[in-house]
Amino acid sequence: MTNLTLIQAVNQALQQEMKRDPTVMVLGEDVGKNGGVFRATEGLWQAFGDERVVDTPLAESGIVGVSLGLAVNGFKPVAEIQFDGFLAPAFDQVISHVGRIRNRSRGRFHAQLVIRVPYGGGIHAPEHHSESPETYFVHTPGIKVVIPSTPYDAKGLLLAAIRDPDPVLFFEPKKIYRAFRQEVPETDYTIPIGKARLVKQGHDITVIAWGAQVRTAEQAVVQAKVDADIIDLRTLSPLDTDTVINSVTKTGRCVIVQEAPKTCGLAAEVIARINERALLSLEAPVARVTGFDTVMPLSRLEDSYLPSPERVVKAIKKTMEF
Amino acid sequence: MPRKTLATFRVSSLSILDAAGKVDPNLDPKLPAKTLQQMYSLMVLARVFDDKAIALQRQGRIGTYAPVKGQEACQVPSALQLTKGDWLFPAFREAAATIAFGIPPERLLQYWGGDEQGSKCAADKNLFPVSIPVGSHMLHAVGASWAAKLRKEKAIALTYFGDGATSEGDFHEAMNFAGVFKTPTIFLCQNNQWAISVPRERQTAAASLAQKAIAYGIPGMQVDGNDMLAVYVATKEAIARARAGEGPTLIECFTYRIGDHTTSDDATRYRTNKEVASWKKKDPIDRVRTYLSANNMWDENQEKQLQLNTAAQLDKIVQAYETFPKPKINDMFDYLYAQPTQELVQQKQELTS
Ligand SMILES: Cc1ncc(C[n+]2csc(CCOP(=O)(O)OP(=O)(O)O)c2C)c(N)n1
Ligand SMILES: [Mg+2]
Repeated sequence: MTNLTLIQAVNQALQQEMKRDPTVMVLGEDVGKNGGVFRATEGLWQAFGDERVVDTPLAESGIVGVSLGLAVNGFKPVAEIQFDGFLAPAFDQVISHVGRIRNRSRGRFHAQLVIRVPYGGGIHAPEHHSESPETYFVHTPGIKVVIPSTPYDAKGLLLAAIRDPDPVLFFEPKKIYRAFRQEVPETDYTIPIGKARLVKQGHDITVIAWGAQVRTAEQAVVQAKVDADIIDLRTLSPLDTDTVINSVTKTGRCVIVQEAPKTCGLAAEVIARINERALLSLEAPVARVTGFDTVMPLSRLEDSYLPSPERVVKAIKKTMEF
Repeated sequence: MPRKTLATFRVSSLSILDAAGKVDPNLDPKLPAKTLQQMYSLMVLARVFDDKAIALQRQGRIGTYAPVKGQEACQVPSALQLTKGDWLFPAFREAAATIAFGIPPERLLQYWGGDEQGSKCAADKNLFPVSIPVGSHMLHAVGASWAAKLRKEKAIALTYFGDGATSEGDFHEAMNFAGVFKTPTIFLCQNNQWAISVPRERQTAAASLAQKAIAYGIPGMQVDGNDMLAVYVATKEAIARARAGEGPTLIECFTYRIGDHTTSDDATRYRTNKEVASWKKKDPIDRVRTYLSANNMWDENQEKQLQLNTAAQLDKIVQAYETFPKPKINDMFDYLYAQPTQELVQQKQELTS
């Protein structure tokens, strides 16, 4: 056991899996000698060499498209997209090919590959460096979307993602890359994809979040002094609907915290599923605290955009008092 | 600092068998008669298959189809040279290549007839499914052939695409990756002069598409795409280089799409009959027959026999297509993930119960 930050846990998972499985490759911009701009791949190039830790040309569509080709011919690429905003050039490859190749070939080919993306706001970065694009990919059939919010989960989920026979978009909340440490076993362990984490058990209300917003949710629950279930979704696709429904059936109240813009965000889907399966258990309308339908602002206004504990507390109170 | 020349480049083009069926004796690869006859027969099969597919579409027995007519010599001599373990990445107009690669032609009809099962090739054939987004699939060929190289295998990848595809960013990213990592990839561009209604001049101001290779540090050449021998030789050289670890090649096959873009298109809206007629005179199949006949490698009897055999084969292909079982509703849910998600299981149940 060592106390690791989230990014150190990512790095450890990559180190260990590359050692265990010679078909695992890391590809991306600056992932080699430089160890990645966030240092997620630090030391890998030195340990595994040029053929397995590859500094690619600066071309995101190329990185993902070539990774798909490597994947259908026996490798397990872990591609890094340097920042969330730069997934856009690779969007076509992800939705047109990565998510479809198994279906298109009726199972003859499949893409066992992971696309790692540092994502989200809160680090005062330039434009296109603070985006939360997860919804596009949750909406896309054939891929899985995973977002860890703790070091322990980051390691276990990343190992599970690399071993998963289907393509996984692995969004890493960069705001909390180094925000706190947690004991992370050095042993090999995985966390099942598709299972949410019950962060804390309570009776009065369910608060749902993912990524960096899990911390916001936790703080809000303390501030609001409510006895809450806090659910970290961890996997956004496929969504662990059962965990959500069981909790909401018990508490009858729910607040969802989402960093991405409001309209058509994942919170909307969670609400729809609660409607389908737990409407009659509800004591209040399900509330959501989200980013706004605005372009992610630059640093001066960033904190106004991001869900704050205060906004979440307000939503919790309103839901409790309904 | 004086001005000086950093580099100069040459772009070559190759033509061996001309439109009149005359071979250049200095460039003649002197292939065995059997190989020539095999390529000729496959081109004939591809041609009648193509006509049949269009007829089937008109009768409502398959959906939209993208005809290959006129481009058979780009595809047959190249795909035929792939061997076990090699990869083929088609765009959507590669019926001739697919047939030459050894895929049962009825599978093409199954695909164009609207059933993805047609894209499931046998386990010992590395044929990637048809890729509709123009220009996006060459990256996959780079990745797959790179994988083979990393494992120190001899396998290579051959990918087909059109003139229009060279304007897409992914074409450039694919060529660039292939150059940087020296992957055993053959980029075979079929410059058929048109991207639906947009002429080749609208894709680029460059004098050739072959020269796009120069910017990526890889060899590129233009060949007469209606010349089976030129395509054969260019592909053979590219394959040899790829297998020897010398990296990728771009081959621009200068050719023409005789038919409509697809069965939904009407090419008379944007090009003249005169232009089409001039290209019909350069037909890739006629010139081979002329050449083989003139050199005692083909006679009327063999031709008659080939026509009979091909017609019979075509009947069997159509019959095989029409006896494929109908796709099951399950198919649309069952191949998204290795294990279906709970949500998919429920949605399938909703549809089927
Ligand atoms: C990304 C994308 N844009 C547009 C289309 C629609 N489309 C299909 S084929 C085609 C022209 C392709 O031209 P070319 O690459 O020369 O191939 P050809 O059809 O001549 O074989 C277009 C515009 C598409 N399939 N994909
Ligand atoms: Mg074209």
